[in-house]
Amino acid sequence: MFGRLSDGFGKALRKLSGKGTLSEANIREAMDDVRTALLEADVQFDLVNEFCEQVTQDALGTEVLKSLEPGEQMIGIVHRRLVEFLGGEPDEQGRATAPPPEIMALSPGPTIVMMCGLQGSGKTTTCGKLAAYLKKRGRSVMLAAADLQRPAAVEQLEIVARRVNDEAPGGSQVHFYGEPDKCDEYGKAVGVAVQVCRNALNAARKQGVDVLILDTAGRLHVNDDLMGELQQVNRALTPQHIFLIVDAMTGQDAVTSAKAFHERLEVDGVILTKFDSDTRGGAAISVKKVTGAPIKFIGVGEKWDALEEFHPERMAGRILGMGDVVSLVEKASEEVSEEEALALEAKMAKGEMTMEDFVKQLRTLRRMGPLKQVLGLLPGLGSALEGAQIDDKQLDHVEAMIGSMTKAERRSPGIITMSRRKRIARGSGRSLDEVGKLVKQFETINKLTKTMAGMSAKQKVAAVKEMGGAGGVVPGMPMMRSKGSTKSTSGRGFKSRKKRR
Amino acid sequence: MGLVSGALGKLRSGLSRTRKVFAGKLRSVLMGRALDEGLIRELEATLIGSDVGVQTTTRLIARVREGHKDGTLTRGDDVIEVLRAELKSLWPEADRSLNMAPDGAGPTVILVTGVNGAGKTTSIAKLCKMLTDDGHRVLVGACDTFRAGAVRQLEIWAERLGVEIVKGQEGGDPAAVAFDACAAAKSRGVDVVILDTAGRLHTQDPLMRQLEKIYKVVGKQIEGGPHEVLLVLDATSGQNALRQAEQFTAAARVTGIFLAKLDGTAKGGVVVAIRDQLGLPVKFIGVGETPDDVQPFDPAAFIDALFDVSVESD
Repeated sequence: MFGRLSDGFGKALRKLSGKGTLSEANIREAMDDVRTALLEADVQFDLVNEFCEQVTQDALGTEVLKSLEPGEQMIGIVHRRLVEFLGGEPDEQGRATAPPPEIMALSPGPTIVMMCGLQGSGKTTTCGKLAAYLKKRGRSVMLAAADLQRPAAVEQLEIVARRVNDEAPGGSQVHFYGEPDKCDEYGKAVGVAVQVCRNALNAARKQGVDVLILDTAGRLHVNDDLMGELQQVNRALTPQHIFLIVDAMTGQDAVTSAKAFHERLEVDGVILTKFDSDTRGGAAISVKKVTGAPIKFIGVGEKWDALEEFHPERMAGRILGMGDVVSLVEKASEEVSEEEALALEAKMAKGEMTMEDFVKQLRTLRRMGPLKQVLGLLPGLGSALEGAQIDDKQLDHVEAMIGSMTKAERRSPGIITMSRRKRIARGSGRSLDEVGKLVKQFETINKLTKTMAGMSAKQKVAAVKEMGGAGGVVPGMPMMRSKGSTKSTSGRGFKSRKKRR
Repeated sequence: MGLVSGALGKLRSGLSRTRKVFAGKLRSVLMGRALDEGLIRELEATLIGSDVGVQTTTRLIARVREGHKDGTLTRGDDVIEVLRAELKSLWPEADRSLNMAPDGAGPTVILVTGVNGAGKTTSIAKLCKMLTDDGHRVLVGACDTFRAGAVRQLEIWAERLGVEIVKGQEGGDPAAVAFDACAAAKSRGVDVVILDTAGRLHTQDPLMRQLEKIYKVVGKQIEGGPHEVLLVLDATSGQNALRQAEQFTAAARVTGIFLAKLDGTAKGGVVVAIRDQLGLPVKFIGVGETPDDVQPFDPAAFIDALFDVSVESD
């Protein structure tokens, strides 16, 4: 996500950071690159100009010109403006932040949440994710099928509700309300959908659920009748939250449709979906600025828990390639249990990590997303990764080589002789050289972790740096050598957090 | 002739929003004004605002600027003509009809794919309607075993449209469903098999590999298949549509694009970018919600609908 957008920023800012002094001319030149990057990211045209103009003015108006590190200063300015465009507001220290999303808790319930949006924006899936989000926080949910139009939409939501109830963590219940037989009446009589919503509310009251989520039919913002229907539901049930679901891959039209929904309904939050694509996410920047409705959540995957709270400052950091360590740590702690992490740490301290442990770790890392995306969350790596061929296939190769080893070999790679090496190479379809490198690098890492066990954090970093090319993020991935420190730092990072807990 | 103009009329009414915003704005920008740098900048803004993309816009603008310099273009009205000619040259007389299996080598297999929510299933309903109206016997394979209710959604359409369906278990192997659908089509003597697949983001490697597998399985079952791989694109999508087209082509050699949902305020400009940069033809456009709301893509009509004032009769 945001890959190329941050590339564009990176290019522009590098131009500046190399310069001793800055002039209005070279600021404007750099802003041209920023402008292209934003346009290619589908940020709305007028906004792009507004953004670039503001940043230029900020830059000219401050001390950047005389500053010793003009590049750094520029990043600060761009970052602040980005956060603002993404919906953050300056706090007392002048840093832009935004409150975390919150779903009201009415007493007596239920709190009503209405979901609306264009066809195919991901409403029904997001309903499920939001239900899972609430369930995790101990709040019971009822999902109500107000989409009587799309074939099988009611059934889809029913399945979603059942699955979230069965599969998602949390103690509370997820209920379903739907009237599939009303689908035939829909389109012939007026107000069928409104009636279904009313019935759903009654059912929700009876069941005593905390939150009622209404899944409405997808509609075009230019369809007057259907937009009217939403307004009717709005009047009849007066939901506490109206969320607009927007596909993050939408082009320049994102703003037009968001505006139309907002004018009719006073949307109080936006959920951006499909953020796990390589969309450059211009919609994120445009929607808030134009509609005024803040972005509350982003959908980042197929799983129920793939709904992240939206943080303008973190997002701005990602766009600028400044990394997002907070999100990385959160991701890691979702994938690794505390016991696992501690057990592995103990092994590593003794230099006893086996290839089996290593494969496990590798798989965990891969579950967190494509390697490039995960590494991109590390500060400074965003732009460093530009152009780097981080092919997840390389990891396949590593897994294949380890898969071709016997159990004994995995536990003590020291026994791998030339003939064993040949067999492993044949079995995995890799070259002798690659197998050799993998074994060697693995042993280096084991030695290193053993030595590091007694060191302070600072010493550790120094040790990894000293090791330089020897380790690599992953043994067997030669092209990552220059970033030798990433693995160890990220690994230690989430483990030490675990300990704190 | 009546049929042709009927189709054209429908295309235009489906595109009416597009035309209003895109051409309407283009015309209001260009008509009756002298060509100068300010006008060129406005033109650039309009093209970008229509999702034509930075690269293609830059190329078109360069062409206009060149004409402005050498004095061949002096009025905004001339620019309309130039743009129309430039865009038309993007769509040569390539075959935009469906690739069908050669006689006796059938059935024809159409693999339909795209990102989540692009409109695959609805577009398939439209294809079914069009093909059955044309006298073909159609069978659909419900290979979307992932999304809840997807099989049921396709089943409802199949019932409504009177086409046969082969489906698998929810959570089952989509390639197996594709295999079964092709086998069933062969033994039943069906003309056309349309395979619905699960929506997948082009960045999800395992899912793209699964698509590759479906593609290969079909080829093993039916020689030369799939004959047509249609990528369904949401007309509202921005420049990311280019990446989608690239990635899906890499996994399952896309042969054409079905541009869905061209009935909002979507400006359809991304079609221009895709043709310009990837050379993929657009074969159909979806312009509404019923199975009848489909049109073969006719570039001349599309561009005329975007630009032409005189044809406007409705």
